[in-house]
Parts: sequence; structure tokens; C-alpha cells
Amino acid sequence: MGVFSGLGEKLKHVFGKLANRGKLDEYEIKQAMREIRIALLEADVNYSVVKDFIAKVSERAKGEEIVKSVTPGQQVVKIVSDELTELMGTKNAKLDVASKPPTVIMMCGLQGAGKTTMCGKLAALLKKQGKKPLLVACDIYRPAAIDQLEVVGRNAGTEVFAKGTQKPVKTAEQAVKYALSMGMDTVIIDTAGRLHINDDLMRELEDIRRALKPTEILLTVDAMTGQDAVTVATAFNDRLDITGVILTKLDGDTRGGAALSIRAVTGKPIKFCGTGEKIADIEPFYPDRMASRILGMGDVVSLVERAQEAMDEETMKRMEKRVKDATFTLDDFLIQFDSLKKMGGISEIMQMLPGMGRFNISDKDIDEKRIERFKAIINSMTKKEREHPEIIKSSRRRRISAGSGTTIQDVNQLLKQFEQTRELMRKMKNNKGRLPF
Amino acid sequence: MGIFAKIKDALKRTKDVIAYRLGKLFTGGVLNDEFYDELESILLSADIGSETTESILDDLKKATDKKMLTKPEQIRTELKRIMCEILDFELPEETYPLVILVAGVNGVGKTTSIGKLARNYKRAGKSVTIVAADTFRAAAADQLTIWAERAGVRIVKQSEGSDAASVVYDALQSAKSKGTEVTIIDTAGRLHNKVNLMEELKKIDRVIDREFPQAMRLNYIVLDATTGQNALSQVDLFNEAIDIDGIILTKLDGTAKGGVVLAIAGEEEVPVVYVGVGEGIDDLEKFDAADFVDAIVGDR
Repeated sequence: MGVFSGLGEKLKHVFGKLANRGKLDEYEIKQAMREIRIALLEADVNYSVVKDFIAKVSERAKGEEIVKSVTPGQQVVKIVSDELTELMGTKNAKLDVASKPPTVIMMCGLQGAGKTTMCGKLAALLKKQGKKPLLVACDIYRPAAIDQLEVVGRNAGTEVFAKGTQKPVKTAEQAVKYALSMGMDTVIIDTAGRLHINDDLMRELEDIRRALKPTEILLTVDAMTGQDAVTVATAFNDRLDITGVILTKLDGDTRGGAALSIRAVTGKPIKFCGTGEKIADIEPFYPDRMASRILGMGDVVSLVERAQEAMDEETMKRMEKRVKDATFTLDDFLIQFDSLKKMGGISEIMQMLPGMGRFNISDKDIDEKRIERFKAIINSMTKKEREHPEIIKSSRRRRISAGSGTTIQDVNQLLKQFEQTRELMRKMKNNKGRLPF
Repeated sequence: MGIFAKIKDALKRTKDVIAYRLGKLFTGGVLNDEFYDELESILLSADIGSETTESILDDLKKATDKKMLTKPEQIRTELKRIMCEILDFELPEETYPLVILVAGVNGVGKTTSIGKLARNYKRAGKSVTIVAADTFRAAAADQLTIWAERAGVRIVKQSEGSDAASVVYDALQSAKSKGTEVTIIDTAGRLHNKVNLMEELKKIDRVIDREFPQAMRLNYIVLDATTGQNALSQVDLFNEAIDIDGIILTKLDGTAKGGVVLAIAGEEEVPVVYVGVGEGIDDLEKFDAADFVDAIVGDR
């Protein structure tokens, strides 16, 4: 959705020509609602959910007084954001634990949603929290599914209970007994992917549910799912009374409107999301952040958290001061590159920045390899050059490019980008620390 | 059962709902705003997307005015014509040796589609080799091996974690020496916004060009029919990395309609070539625009 610009900007456009007024009139609200509707549809929020949502927001917008200092556009965005957050649920929903162990977690979903991978991630996460999980292979249909779970289990450092292609419900029952005898407290059951309209396979899940009475029945859903998410979630919920949802592949560039649809039609919370290929790439789900993502307004909270994890406090403070005083040097630039990497790479960060949604994040400008090159260049500079890049003239450029194994063009490019960053910081300083987007 | 009967059967449950709504709509008799609103909601819920839906409806209204159509049934015919036109592409004739590179995001059904594709060519009497260049996902090669056995074709693989491009290199050398007619390459699922992984795919693409220039090339992206508007972004970025010749649309046997391919055909000009309609090895068939549209908007 590279071309899709954030809703905030679109609304700014709608209200752009308006002078400050106490209330929005019917026509303006209608225009705004149209933009919101398109934004939600493009984000794959279900059509009927959008319809209800618009009716509600529209009602509120008509009655709402516009606070003097904000533009009507922002006010509408706020209403939308509030309503979205409320619809999504406000708090992060935690995993339930059985009062009498083991806690049984049953995973289900369509083919290709990412169940098996997610089982491994969940096991690794629980292990990190001091639990003793057991993975159970109940997908007897897909070729090599059991092998895959075994590899995943190895990566998660978790034992895998597999009984070949015997009836899944039998395997699951044996696994629970085995877990009890081995003092394991959590059993995670990987079931076969199935279509919600496949009656036989759905009955198989009902059988497992009846036999094991799982503490958690988690529906795994691909974050890129379109309008059909509602049909799928409703079908699984009707037959299994699921306890929650896990959203996978959220590290793509999807806006993930399916999350909203599912929440709206089932009322069940989304508990986790998958954010990458590695076993540690699982995060608790925060509804309010998802609301911003759906609207293309960025996820500043997550960004700040990641920044905090990636930089120690002292570096952070120093950096803050440098940014504030606009005395930013190439050394700081180098530190930034390192922290960027720790924060999950530039493409990921770009996505979390407000207003950045419209940029194509696979743009060659943010190629990670280029960052490596930049780092090599800075490392080939003297201390003096790093602090005063303006002294780097042609002979120094030649030396630096030779020393770092890059071309003079690369060096020029880096210096130019550094200058642009400094310029941005000067602007931020004048803007009292806010990003000038 | 013929494929289109199968598609229709597969789509039936959704179709029942949609066909019911459409049937009601098209027999209602009045062409007012409500009629178009309902039509819009039907197209939107098929994942056709707001922009394409709007342009389809615009075209429909224009055509309706111009041809002075008054009956809903005429409008249905007109709507189908417009949708078919968007989806209609001329496909190149296949020559041999042929190398098919299959890519897509995780979990869309690449490996399964390759098994089915191999079977199709095998049935047509071609010699087929499939290449396990998904060296990333746990047990991917095992899964492909099982499909190779089912399809009765040869497979080239290496151990997990080895370099994908080198697996492809080896496979092409053996294809050349053995005179294999069709080589189908399975790649690891990758999200289209991961620069490094897309670079790896480009490398595989270059290796094929360099090592087997005399072969006809086809690059397919596999799309999951349940995917929403993000499919546009997927096709856009895969197309940017390796020129995409066509789409294999999978999982049409659920309730999803895969209407996003209309948006893709319009904006990216990439045609749908095959559709997957079930889990059996024979459940992959050539795409037919008219039947696809019929399955979405009803054919009575």
C-alpha cells in the first residue's frame, strides 16, 4: 500500500481550506467520513464493520465541539482514533493460566496462517517466562508438518510430542498425560490448517476441545487477510468458542484491518502478534497501537520503546542533548546507525513513524547494505573529521573512500545525508522537538 | 467434475450469500442510488478494493447511460463485461526448455501449487524437475519431496540453510545436461518489504538468466485468495524485484473471492494464470476470466 497516505493527512486536506470555526457542518463531516471509509476499506476492515463504525463516528462528530487550538481535521482523527481503540479493546489481553496444570493451549486457523511457527514462538516466550512447555504435533495432514514442528521445537528448546498420523485427539490426550508425568506446566497443540467450511476437520477440533477443555483456544490469523476474515473468525468462534486471536505476519506492510474486523464480530481479544521470522519475534498485542497503524498514523509508542531497548540511558541522554543543541557529529551518526539496526532495521522504523506510511519502505534509499557502507566510511575517518565534517575536502574524501573500500560518490552521499539530518535536527529544534512532518 | 463446476462449487457457500443479494438486486427492477450502493457493497466485500470498485461502477454507469439500459439483468451482463475486460490478458505461448520461478509471501501455498503445477506438466508428457530453493523454512524440502513423489517428478535439493541460489545453479546444470523440459523452482516465502530477502530472490533470478539463457522464463507470484488489499503491495514489490509474468491464485475453495486480482490487473497489469481450488494434486487449473467473474457475481 505504498501509495496510501495516512488518514491524518487526507483529512487535513479535506479540512485544509476551512477557517477556524466552532462546529463542522454536514457537508464537511460527510467528506471526512468518506475519507475515513476509504482508509478503513483500504486497510481491509470488513465492509459491514466500516459501515457501523462510520455511523457511530459521524454521530459523535456532529455533536462534538471543536477545541479552539486544534484543527477540525485533528479533532475528527481523534474521534476516529478513540472509537477505534474502544472497538479494539483498550488493554493488552494476557494469556490465561489454568488453576490446575497443565495449561492447555490449542492453536487453530486456516492453512498458511503461520500456526506451526507461532507454536514455536509461543513456546520460546513461555520458556523465557520460566514455564515448561510441551509442543504437540496434531497436524497429520500437511506433508512434513510434523518435521517442521520438530525443527521449530528444537529452535525453541522445547520438547515435541508426536505420534505420527494417529488420530489427533488421541495424540493430544496422551500429550497432556505425558506433560503431567514430566512436570510440564503448559501444553501447546499445533493443529492442521483447515478451511472453516470443512465440516469434518472442524469436527476434529471440536473433539479435541471436548476431550481436553483447553484453557486457551487461539485462532491464528494472517494480518494480511481481507474481507473474508470476518467469515473465518465467525465460523471458528461459533464452533469452538475461541478465547483469543493471534495475528501473524504483522512485519509486512499491511495495515491489518482484519484485526479490527475480527475483534468487532467475535468480541474476542487479540493476544499476540508475530513480527518476524525469528523465534523471538512475538509481541503482546496493544490495541491502541494497532488503531494508529490501521489509520496510517504510525506507532510512536512502539518506536519509543524499541529505541529505549536499543540505546542505553546515557547514550540516549547524550543524543537528546546533541539533537537539542544541533551539535550532532558523525560519531553520533554512527551510534544512530547501530541503534537503528538494533531497533529492527530502518524499514521497520519507517513504518512506525507518523506520516511515513505513504513511503515505499522497500525504497532503495533505506537499503540496509548502504548503512553498512556508511558505517565503514565513518570508521575510516579521523576523530577531527568526524567532529568537523566540513573539513573533509577532496583529498580527504579520496583517502576515506580508499580506506573504507568505497567510492568517492559513496562518501559524498554520506556527507550529504549527514548534512540533511543535521538540517532536520535544526528544524526540530525550532519546532520544539516535534518532527516536522 | 470440470474445473469450473469445481470453482463454482467451491465458491458456492459465499456465492449463495452474494448470489442471493445479487439476485434480489438484479430482479428488483429499480435502478436508483440504493441499487448502486448495494452493488458497491457486494464488490467491496469481494476484496475488489475501494478504488477499483469505484472505477468499475463509474464505467458501469457510463455504459448504462450510453446504451440506455434499464433492466437490472442487462446491467449484470454489462458489469460482467467490464470485469472480464479488466482481467483479460493475452498469455505468451510456452516453449521448452521452460524455467518457472515461483515466489510469494509466507503461507500462500507455494509448495503445494508447485506440486500441482508439476503434475500438470507431467500429465502433458513433459519431463519435469522441481527445485527446493526454499532453504529457510523448517522442513520445506521434505514437504516438496512428498509433492514430487505424488506428482512423479524429479527433485533437486540440498540441506536446510544452504544458499538458495547455489541450489538453483546445480539444478540448472542438471536440467541442461538431462534435457529437462520444465524446471520449477520453489523459493522461500518472504514478506515483500524485506529488502535482504528480495535481494536474494533477485540473485536467483539473475542466476537463471545467466546459466540458462536459452530457456523460456516465467516468474509467478502465488497469492492467497483470502488476502486483502495488501496483495497489491505484494505484486508491486515482487514485480519490482523480478518481473512477474503471472499470478497463481490459491485457496479459492474457501469463502474468499480473491477479488483483489481485479485491482491488480488494473493497476499492475499482471494476469492471473492459474487458480487453486482444493487440496488434491489435480486442483489447479488455468484461469478463465469469464468463469471467475461468474463465480463472483452470479450467472443466472
